Amino acid sequence: MDANLPLRLELTGITKQFPGVLANDHVSFSVRPGEIHALLGENGAGKSTLVKMIYGIMQPDAGEIRWDGQPVSIPNPKSARKLGIGMVFQHFSLFEALTVLENIALGMDAKIPSRLLEAKIREVMNQYGLKLDPHRVVSTLSVGERQRIEIVRALLLTPKLLIMDEPTSVLTPQEVDQLFIVLRKLAAEGCSILYISHKLHEIKALCDTATILRAGKVVDTCDPGIETSRSMAEKMIGGNLKDIVKQGGRSLGEPAFTISHLSLPAAGPFGTDLEDISFSVRKGEVFGIAGVAGNGQNELLLALDGEVASAPGAIAMDGHPVGQLHTSARRKRGLCAVPEERNGHAAVGDFTLSENTVLTARNRLGMVSAGLIKAGAARTFTGEVIAAFAVKALGPGATAGSLSGGNLQKYIMGREILQKPTVLVVNQPTWGVDAGAAAAIHQALVDLAASGSAIVVISQDLDELLSLCDTLAVINEGRLSARMNVGEVSVEEIGLLMGGVHGTPEETHIAPGGEHAVPA
Amino acid sequence: MSPEFLVAVIITIVGAATPILLAALGELVAEKSGVLNLGVEGMMLIGAVTGFAVASTTGNPWLGVLAAAAAASMTSMIFGFLTLSLSANQVATGLALTIFGAGFSALAGKAFLGRTITPFVEVFPAELARHAIWRVVFGYSPLVYLSLIMVVLTAWFLKSTRAGLILRAVGENDHSAHSIGYSVIGVRYAAVAFGGAMAGVAGSCFSLVLTPMWAEGLTAGRGWIALALVVFSAWRPYRLLAGAYLFGAVMTLELHAKAAGGWFSVVPPEAWAALPYLATILVLVAISMRRSGGTSAPACLGKPFLPTA
Repeated sequence: MDANLPLRLELTGITKQFPGVLANDHVSFSVRPGEIHALLGENGAGKSTLVKMIYGIMQPDAGEIRWDGQPVSIPNPKSARKLGIGMVFQHFSLFEALTVLENIALGMDAKIPSRLLEAKIREVMNQYGLKLDPHRVVSTLSVGERQRIEIVRALLLTPKLLIMDEPTSVLTPQEVDQLFIVLRKLAAEGCSILYISHKLHEIKALCDTATILRAGKVVDTCDPGIETSRSMAEKMIGGNLKDIVKQGGRSLGEPAFTISHLSLPAAGPFGTDLEDISFSVRKGEVFGIAGVAGNGQNELLLALDGEVASAPGAIAMDGHPVGQLHTSARRKRGLCAVPEERNGHAAVGDFTLSENTVLTARNRLGMVSAGLIKAGAARTFTGEVIAAFAVKALGPGATAGSLSGGNLQKYIMGREILQKPTVLVVNQPTWGVDAGAAAAIHQALVDLAASGSAIVVISQDLDELLSLCDTLAVINEGRLSARMNVGEVSVEEIGLLMGGVHGTPEETHIAPGGEHAVPA
Repeated sequence: MSPEFLVAVIITIVGAATPILLAALGELVAEKSGVLNLGVEGMMLIGAVTGFAVASTTGNPWLGVLAAAAAASMTSMIFGFLTLSLSANQVATGLALTIFGAGFSALAGKAFLGRTITPFVEVFPAELARHAIWRVVFGYSPLVYLSLIMVVLTAWFLKSTRAGLILRAVGENDHSAHSIGYSVIGVRYAAVAFGGAMAGVAGSCFSLVLTPMWAEGLTAGRGWIALALVVFSAWRPYRLLAGAYLFGAVMTLELHAKAAGGWFSVVPPEAWAALPYLATILVLVAISMRRSGGTSAPACLGKPFLPTA
């Protein structure tokens, strides 16, 4: 890199105050041309706020942004793009009912005739090996393909700085490799990349520099090549990271939760059919289900927790068929579940934490007698959850919606784990949760298993499954692979199973033996 | 059945269908942007009374149509301000707008009861427009041709223009549109204003062409049918056209059944009069029973937009 070039981006003393929180406190760092720069930090450390200010979605209260050496103000995303700043969002800002081409056209500031735009899109896709059909409707695409739309959209503007917010959280290992090739190529051409991620080994593999934020402040700027994942994680949380402690030599008991030949048709046009799913989880076992989002995970959770009934014998607890029992009846028998969507499915945003506790724990913990809620018991138990899982909340009376995502997840996990279920099914237990909280949740799950519960963990985070589970299987297009023992299986093997039809770009359009969800 | 009779039937069908087609087109555009405005009926009434008042005062029906569009559009801005700027509930506000429109039009129209207006000049030469058969193509009021042009224009606007794409994007995913940098509220104001203007023209159709006079509650619930029609059409302009003529046919059946007498009179006239509304309910039930029916609705329909930033 040429040291004489002015810095691509330089932030000095950026400060942003929200009611009650100082999101960014005099943040200063700089990005050179062609540098891949990581922005690290726990949830709520202020990364998102910071990049939103760089992209012009928010305005800083104080501080200066310099671009190629010149002080600039970025009043809106349009002016950010004019400077040459592109952004790929964590939650894709895509329009499901529109086509790829229309989605990209919406992100362009200049009016380009659609035929010309299509030609340009194909050019960019060829240049970077990104495969996409411009005329497909977005709702029929896999998550990896959706991300490619965002990337193509950003690349069409030939950006000088590309901001990527948690780009790999939903990709298969192969898709991640593919993405890194594109990013390195971009950087080699002189485009700077600001890369936000929780996954420290990725940052070690990809980034030149890492700026670590904690509670809105820059705590360190380091070279990820020299640091270890652990040392960076400890800088992020400002303390020592705890390892998952698994008790050695524990023996697994009888099968406690058995699924045999579970098949269910998809509930909607964009759902996934479950086809002949069989597995069994023993007492004390943590069984993982890996897979890329949208391959039937949500449908499987709904079938397991009782929101969707199935054939009576398809699901059995301790040998008793429960396939036709509804959620409350299954909970009474000791099957607790945590769905992926925390606000609106696992918890009611406008209810207090105590009320949310009553919703799932009322029968197991005797919080209702003669039709009346025992508010005291609910409050006490909620207080225990808050204390045991270090939930940052004003107390049991705080509404679920007022908690940050990570804290709400800790509360929900705690609420289910402390009910001591015999079977616990969780979907994405640490999605969007910071490293410290994730470690606490993992430990609680392992401890619960050690006490004899059977646990099913559905997750897209392979690292999480590999560190947590005893056995795992991969779900793809609603079908479950054979079970594998963790420790005997390689990441590549799992990755290939996860990729199945969707994953590898080469196979995306000529999928053997299967079609994508057919648009309605 | 003589050709002359058939022509007469078709002309009544088209006449009955045109106002609901105009109003539904406006509502379709508003809903595509994510705004559910249930105040169509109220805006139509305001359009009807304003159009009639201006036309009978100035003697020019075209000024009446323009005034109807302007007045209804301004009324829709009350709705826009409450729901878009103040994030009020769209359903409740829309219902309030209908009640307001009914009351206001009745009050404002008192002075114009029993007045008459000069009708529109025919668009085509009299030989065609009055011809016994050819009047089925050339003999309509200009508003009928306007409605057909608007169907084509609306379909083209939504499908092929950038502004139309942005409007659909705002209705599909308001937060994404906002984060890309489009003004969600601005687009929705424009769509609501257009919806209001079209409802106003639809209302003026009653007072300037169909009746032509002013009476309280002149639009007789046709605004609700327009709303149902938008759902029926799955938010597609050409299906809206087909649906409007289908509903026009059902509504006309009532008139012809009364006139025909015979076994038609076995069914009480009230039942015939209720037919369009029954058809509306049946169509809505049928659509909601279809599994994929829900997915064609704009994803953000009826949801207030509150930027998080």
